[in-house]
Amino acid sequence: MYQIEKAVKLADKIYLMVVKAPRVAASCEPGEFVIVRMGEEGERIPFTICDYDREAGTVTVVFQTVGASTEKMSALKAGDCFHDFVGPLGNPSEFVKEDPGALRGRRYLFVAGGVGTAPVYPQVKWLKEHGVQADVIIGAKTKDLLILTEEMKEAAGTLYIATDDGSAGYHGMVTGLIEDLVVRQGKHYDVCVAIGPMIMMKFVCLLTKKLALPTIVSLNPIMVDGTGMCGACRVTVGDQVKFACVDGPEFDGHLVHFDEAMKRQQIYKTQEGRAMLRLKEGATHHGGCGHCGGDE
Amino acid sequence: MEAKRDMTKKVPVREQDPKVRAANFDEVCLGYNEEEALAEAQRCLNCKNAKCVTGCPVSIDIPAFIQQVKEGKFEEAAKIIARSSALPAVCGRVCPQESQCEGVCVRGVKGEPVSIGKLERFVADWSRAHGFVPEAPAEKKGKKVAVIGSGPAGLTCAGDLAKMGYEVTIFEALHEPGGVLTYGIPEFRLPKDGVVQPEIENVRRLGVTIETNVVIGKSVTIDELMEQEGFEAVFVGSGAGLPRFMGIPGENANGVFSANEYLTRSNLMKAFREDHDTPIMEAKKVVVVGGGNVAMDAARTALRLGAEVHIVYRRSEKELPARAEEVHHAKEEGIAFHLLTNPAEILTEENGWVRGIVCRRMELGEPDESGRRRPIEVPGSEFEIEADAVIMALGTSPNPLISNTTKGLEVNRRRCIVADESNGKTTKEGVFAGGDAVTGAATVILAMEAGRAGAKGIDAYLSAK
Repeated sequence: MYQIEKAVKLADKIYLMVVKAPRVAASCEPGEFVIVRMGEEGERIPFTICDYDREAGTVTVVFQTVGASTEKMSALKAGDCFHDFVGPLGNPSEFVKEDPGALRGRRYLFVAGGVGTAPVYPQVKWLKEHGVQADVIIGAKTKDLLILTEEMKEAAGTLYIATDDGSAGYHGMVTGLIEDLVVRQGKHYDVCVAIGPMIMMKFVCLLTKKLALPTIVSLNPIMVDGTGMCGACRVTVGDQVKFACVDGPEFDGHLVHFDEAMKRQQIYKTQEGRAMLRLKEGATHHGGCGHCGGDE
Repeated sequence: MEAKRDMTKKVPVREQDPKVRAANFDEVCLGYNEEEALAEAQRCLNCKNAKCVTGCPVSIDIPAFIQQVKEGKFEEAAKIIARSSALPAVCGRVCPQESQCEGVCVRGVKGEPVSIGKLERFVADWSRAHGFVPEAPAEKKGKKVAVIGSGPAGLTCAGDLAKMGYEVTIFEALHEPGGVLTYGIPEFRLPKDGVVQPEIENVRRLGVTIETNVVIGKSVTIDELMEQEGFEAVFVGSGAGLPRFMGIPGENANGVFSANEYLTRSNLMKAFREDHDTPIMEAKKVVVVGGGNVAMDAARTALRLGAEVHIVYRRSEKELPARAEEVHHAKEEGIAFHLLTNPAEILTEENGWVRGIVCRRMELGEPDESGRRRPIEVPGSEFEIEADAVIMALGTSPNPLISNTTKGLEVNRRRCIVADESNGKTTKEGVFAGGDAVTGAATVILAMEAGRAGAKGIDAYLSAK
């Protein structure tokens, strides 16, 4: 059992939890992820690592409720436990293995979308600790959905905000802001790292390809074990099929087949919808709505 | 009744009716009761130079335990088996007896061999039901050994080492121990609560600690275990977990699964049960590609989840690698076999979901390097099978996580760890390996044999140190 030391709601549907998991805390690096399970009957769900404290033996995870399982997890409080918490999984970001000297001359632009801000944070923080100032864009639909802005301001060179409705920062999508920075303001970047909803990463990559800006994305597809066993997370990168869990989760964004990846995310949507209805309405729902399939 | 009995035939084993069991996940084979076991034991000729013992990878003294069964001394029988096997209730159910002990039984020359597997299962089930458990050794050696993976190789190695007095910790990557016994083999063939968990519990009773949720190579490395956590030797029994795909068009469509994924969802995550959260596709018509035990398991799981199921295999019936009993059961349950058939392409709807599979007919040519006749495509023989799900059961290969993160541990070109078959020794000092991680995907009993050899190798190494 893995005890939750702190549980905070960051924004609508977005939760942060600090979990005691000494083996993971001792070995995790930016770019990696964990898989958690709430109880005996629970699903294995991949979560992003947002931060870690090697001395305290804790790992901070951030997640968004997307289905019945994450909805149930969002109710956990400090003192409660996750039944299982395994990791780190996946590979660290490439720069972790590089010579810090070589990194210092490199200009990084991080693009974080929504809950994708969480996995961006430890990368930017790691770079700062190794003497690299990275620029960061955080994008969200509206001001209330921005997360970790204070922490990011600390770690980033310059922090830019973009909201779809203009309630904070740049009024528009992150792609508009990237274009503004690179084309109109003439800023130069060597590498872009984009993490967020699949659709955001797709459009960032379409733009950065035009700008000839190499771009890394981090994928979060459907997974079961997270160690290369099931192949549920397979994704086409260039002309090769990769497993996001053991070959990724970070890939060259210009080579990722996003349309296929987005279709694959829909595989269990029907079942997830039914499970959510069961959770929300319990025994009061008896089918007949025409959506849930409960009357089949 | 005894007078009329035909001694050339096995005492038939009771099974669930095929029509009934096709809709449930309860165990198919019900096993012998005492009366049936006594009757079947009578058939053993108690050969002096018993061939069955040489046919058994772990050399169980088969005639000796069957003699005890004949006399109704089931606890004595269990003790004889326990000297050679830590998992008899498992092996009685999943060993390919027809190509091992029963395949060389003298009774089989003029009739059916003695039903050794069913007798082993009876003895194991009887001793579990009667609370016969192994005892932890009194003498401790004060030396720590790490075992990586809690499948048949790891459990056997850990059990043997614990009996010798070593302090053993098993590290398991998943949240449940058991390896393939837990995630791979379905409930209807190997019950988890009834059979697998009690066998694991027996290994724990010997004093073995099992730490789940530790991915060796990620959470901690072998070098760290040896240098920082005080383990003097390590046994790697991490199995062959990576699924293979064919590389044909359409393979990434929604509705195409590896057998590993499909079976893990059903067996480990219990997606077949309403009270568990993990989803599994409710397919209407499923094509399973492959002819091994895993293919049969996936097909029979899909059937139980309500699908019409078709197995596609590129060679003929004779080459099917699955246990004879599994093929027989699959056919009884109504699964269609398309032999000498090979998939060429998976057809998809515009929304990305599978709608069918294009296959080609095959014929058998000259024998290939495996000694089996090579299947050759018949030109112009394409035809379609309609399906909304395709499950690929094409075999698995070892996971590179451990070999990639352990200094000095050599692998061959198939990514299998290089290890001495007789003692499990690898190219790295103090590290031993066995099971599918060394051989590539094989059977439970061969992994147990390797676990046993590894334990002996580790004992010799640590005793000399």
